[in-house]
Amino acid sequence: MNALLDPAQLATALPGAVRKLDPRALLATPVMLVVEIGAVLTTVLAALDPSVLGWSVTAWLWLTVLFGNLAESVAEGRGKAQAASLRALQSETTARRRTAGGHLEEVPSTALRVGDLVVVEAGERIPGDGDVVEGVASVDESAVTGESAPVIRESGGDRCAVTGGTTVLSDRIVVRITSNPGQSFVDRMIGLVEGSERQRTPNEIALNVLLGALTAVFVVVCVTLWFVADFAGAPVPVLVLAALLVCLIPTTIGALLSAIGIAGMDRLVRRNVLAMSGRAVEAAGDVDVLLLDKTGTITYGNRRAHEVLEVPGVPRADLVEAALLASLADETPEGRSIVELLTPEQSDAALPAGATLVPFSATTRSSGFDAGERQVRKGAASAVGGWVRESGGTEPPALLAAVEQVSASGGTPLVVAERVGDAPARLLGVVHLKDVVKEGMRERFDELRAMGIRTVMVTGDNAVTAAAIAAEAGVDDVLAEATPEDKMRLIRREQAGGRMVAMCGDGTNDAPALAQADVGVAMNTGTTAAKEAGNMVDLDSDPTKLIEVVEIGKQLLITRGALTTFSVANDVAKYFAILPALFVVAFPQLDVLNVMRLSSPESAILSAVVFNALVIVALIPLALRGVSYRPGPADALLRRNLLVYGVGGLVAPFVGIKLLDLVVSLLPGL
Amino acid sequence: MSELLPAVGQVLVLVVVLALAVPLLGRHLAHTYTAPGHLAVERGAYRLLRIDPDADQHWRTYALSALGFSLVGILLLYAVLRLQQHLPLSLGFGALPADGAWNTAVSFVTNTNWQWYSGEAALGHLAQATGLTVQNFVSAATGMAVAAALARALSRSGAGGRIGNFWTDLVRGTVRVLLPGALVAAVLLALLGVVQNLSGARTVTTLTGGEQSVPGGPVASQEAIKELGTNGGGFFNANSAHPFENPTPLTNLIEIVLMLLVPFAMAWAFGLIVGDRRQGAAVLAAMGLLLVVAVALLTWAEMAGPGTVPHAAGGALEGKETRFGTAGSALFAAVTTGTSTGAVNSLHDSFTAPGGGVAMVGMLLGEVSPGGVGSGLYGMLVLAVVTVFIAGLMVGRTPEYLGKKIGQREIVLVAVYVLASPFLVLVGLALALSVPAGVAGLQEDGAHGLSEALYALASASNNNGSAFGGLTSGTPFWNTLLGLAMLLGRFLPLVLVLALAGRFAAAQRVPVGPGTLPTHRPLFVSLLVGVALVVVGLTFVPVLVLGPIVESLS
Repeated sequence: MNALLDPAQLATALPGAVRKLDPRALLATPVMLVVEIGAVLTTVLAALDPSVLGWSVTAWLWLTVLFGNLAESVAEGRGKAQAASLRALQSETTARRRTAGGHLEEVPSTALRVGDLVVVEAGERIPGDGDVVEGVASVDESAVTGESAPVIRESGGDRCAVTGGTTVLSDRIVVRITSNPGQSFVDRMIGLVEGSERQRTPNEIALNVLLGALTAVFVVVCVTLWFVADFAGAPVPVLVLAALLVCLIPTTIGALLSAIGIAGMDRLVRRNVLAMSGRAVEAAGDVDVLLLDKTGTITYGNRRAHEVLEVPGVPRADLVEAALLASLADETPEGRSIVELLTPEQSDAALPAGATLVPFSATTRSSGFDAGERQVRKGAASAVGGWVRESGGTEPPALLAAVEQVSASGGTPLVVAERVGDAPARLLGVVHLKDVVKEGMRERFDELRAMGIRTVMVTGDNAVTAAAIAAEAGVDDVLAEATPEDKMRLIRREQAGGRMVAMCGDGTNDAPALAQADVGVAMNTGTTAAKEAGNMVDLDSDPTKLIEVVEIGKQLLITRGALTTFSVANDVAKYFAILPALFVVAFPQLDVLNVMRLSSPESAILSAVVFNALVIVALIPLALRGVSYRPGPADALLRRNLLVYGVGGLVAPFVGIKLLDLVVSLLPGL
Repeated sequence: MSELLPAVGQVLVLVVVLALAVPLLGRHLAHTYTAPGHLAVERGAYRLLRIDPDADQHWRTYALSALGFSLVGILLLYAVLRLQQHLPLSLGFGALPADGAWNTAVSFVTNTNWQWYSGEAALGHLAQATGLTVQNFVSAATGMAVAAALARALSRSGAGGRIGNFWTDLVRGTVRVLLPGALVAAVLLALLGVVQNLSGARTVTTLTGGEQSVPGGPVASQEAIKELGTNGGGFFNANSAHPFENPTPLTNLIEIVLMLLVPFAMAWAFGLIVGDRRQGAAVLAAMGLLLVVAVALLTWAEMAGPGTVPHAAGGALEGKETRFGTAGSALFAAVTTGTSTGAVNSLHDSFTAPGGGVAMVGMLLGEVSPGGVGSGLYGMLVLAVVTVFIAGLMVGRTPEYLGKKIGQREIVLVAVYVLASPFLVLVGLALALSVPAGVAGLQEDGAHGLSEALYALASASNNNGSAFGGLTSGTPFWNTLLGLAMLLGRFLPLVLVLALAGRFAAAQRVPVGPGTLPTHRPLFVSLLVGVALVVVGLTFVPVLVLGPIVESLS
């Protein structure tokens, strides 16, 4: 957090901040535009009638505008570094495009258009976003996702989308390009992290209206005060009225409003979530219902070995030994869980010397080892069954029954087979991989409930299995044996009741539901269709990320509300500083209102102006980081934030202006 | 200290009476504005007006109906006042001048009842009864109708901007609430000594042997609706300080009850209409809290406040009726400025400076403590929307009130509403204080003169109608300026509220969950009160400093 505002960052943001002094750039923020008009006015007045107070006020009014711009520039600057590294991915490459005649021609990647077919081989960079239409390959997507482990991309199904700029590590694939140059995923990412594509969100616009109205009230107050004070025999110089106006209008929130929005998007990006619109981030704060897929989100996804079932006639010890040996070198969670389960039964298992490991591959969908005459394989029932049949072996009906039984209970069967020499392979038995609820899910769901969000677990499992897992995980509701249509119906039903629904998905059949949901988070591993349909993409493909997205959405709104409250509460103290200063010469009895005992009227006015400017800088880190959010009922949240930002906003300026007065009053000639 | 006991006692009696009456009247009001079916007399009225009482109006139609009705009211009243000498029962009074007739016509149609003239010395019975008293009923019924429309809109979901029928609301509010209420109140007041006759001035011999002309008239009947409809326009210039209008401490207390009854009951009815009694109770609590603070401050200021004379006399009695005392006057002043009634039983100009300041703040709050009939409720609901917007953000959700999302359009309407009154008061004040015609009307210079002008503009812009005294307002300048302030101060907010109602009626209702900001708890009520005070404080503190605050400190 201390890196939020280092001097170097400020220095790089400064030129941008100066550029934004252009009044046209300030049109979107009426509050800061009024400050700038005030600054111009005091500049003219100070030039016509120079005084220390005049020039000091003028300088600080300009600084107020500058600080506001600086906040926005710093927020934007944080995304710039990320954008630069993404841009490196876009350097032009040569693509091999397959022509209609089946020939390959070399073209620059920038010449590719939607629908072109390109061939990419191991070691090459994928020239553009697209879907794999032929082949399987492992792809290094670390440049985009930051995840170093390669991922499998294959034609058909839900794992076919590839991102331009990522690298193929093995095999050869044919990709159908799905985006034109300049509109690719990486292009959009760059736009988002730089803030250039930022559109103001509905709530931000509404808040801006309220701030504009407050500003208008204070403009009326200050302009009419000139006439009224004149009548009362205590005329106020225009310069001082301009200072009063700037102190009263909500400059703190006005200056930081857009920085808060940019920083909110940036926080999402840092968590590897790309929101396609700020609207979606805001909507995330309002979510009432969260649809979570069971597998991978709530549970580990059929990954824990629960039991081993031997084929009748096979000694259990044979199965245990083979399964154990085949898993010793298997570093996947499944492999490790098998070792954990079976070690108590056979603690001295060790791979024979000279054994060669057969790693898992996308095509064989099995793994194992070869040790001399002996070969052991473990994997999906169809893959290992095929291996057995190839060698002339048969699949006993009892095994098929066991596989069926495991599947029916919602688990995943892993089949183990062994072949010695040239004899047909024989099937030993089945490892039952069972769903296990992830640690800490219950707590997270409790948190969500405290925030007022209902969780619905969506699963293809039968109702009994689903209910058992739901009870264990502590979700509020279950949609069992769910088809994509069921999911869609559920979303529509909730929305008809006025509730906001969030969900995540990756498959093509999730796309309609993702589009229908108010917040749809597509997994980066998912299909292009899913990514297009959702309004966010999670690069880590972690479905629990939804919870963080909701928190960020809420944090965004809370930060706006808190700083607005702070800004308005500040005005009370500023009145106590400035009003006695304005009128104490004409009405000495008003000195009792000078509760801060500020040293002179001039010093009081200048201190208030300086405080007003410095508080913007002081709150930039908070605007960028966001107000800390702890899930809880609305009442408790409000009480806490009111205490911190409301009462704090009342007290802080009394202290700050007093301290500044001690310094400012030393200014010679004031 | 001898006055402390009755001061507290009258407040306790008031609280008990209101606690009993408000829920009953609230239920009756909710029924009046939501129940199907029509009374025979209402059906007659609808046939006469040729309207379909069951037609559900779009908010624009509703607003045009309300505006059109009021415009016709202004024109008719203007005509009666200008042609008085040709009409029967004129008691020999001539026509009002053009600027005066404009001011008075606007004043009564906007439920303000600002009176630049002496009622008994300028208006005949016909003008008083048909012109003013009729408007006393229908201007009140208009305010209630708009508030009821807003409450109904909040209870609807996806109704496409339809908010009810103005004519039905107007007729029902008059026939079912105001007429019977005023009848009961008039009889009660007449029994307790308020004058009710149709005779003109009577010449009587006074104790000292001199001759005095004492006018009579239908005082009790006008008095009843004057308070019940938070109108405030007195039969006599001295208003409720006149012994014919308000003869005893008991009638004084009854008149106070009458002023508070409908505004509080509207808040209760609001809870019933939106289907959550706690919401009504919360709005009522916020109104009550503001009023209690005002009563306490005003009573303190008048009984023990600053000033050499009050200290010597044991209370500020100048300009007060001894039969009410300082406490009875202070309570009346807090209630009349808090309810937008504007009736007075004492001279607010003679109040201590802080006392006069509190009365001003009561009006500057935008009349929400508890405000005028109807207008108090919708004013408070607008503030509730502002509060919900800021507080809602702080709980991390797009703000919503009673299940209605507060988006950009809603905030625009609410922001303009909140802007309207400060704009009218401050711009009017600056204008009045910088042109000779404006300054000429002020009795005094400096801070007190400023207070007089500020009070008049606050009173007119917020449709209160009470006068500080000291201001000679019957000049073309002031009549025109205050007339404009009253007109815009009434109808601009009214149209904005109806537009807001249209938005609410059209919007889907979002179900309430644990993440929703509760708007019925003490925390929200205190925040609502805080927002009301901060909004008015930040806007008016500079001018209040130059007026009553400088005076208080001298």
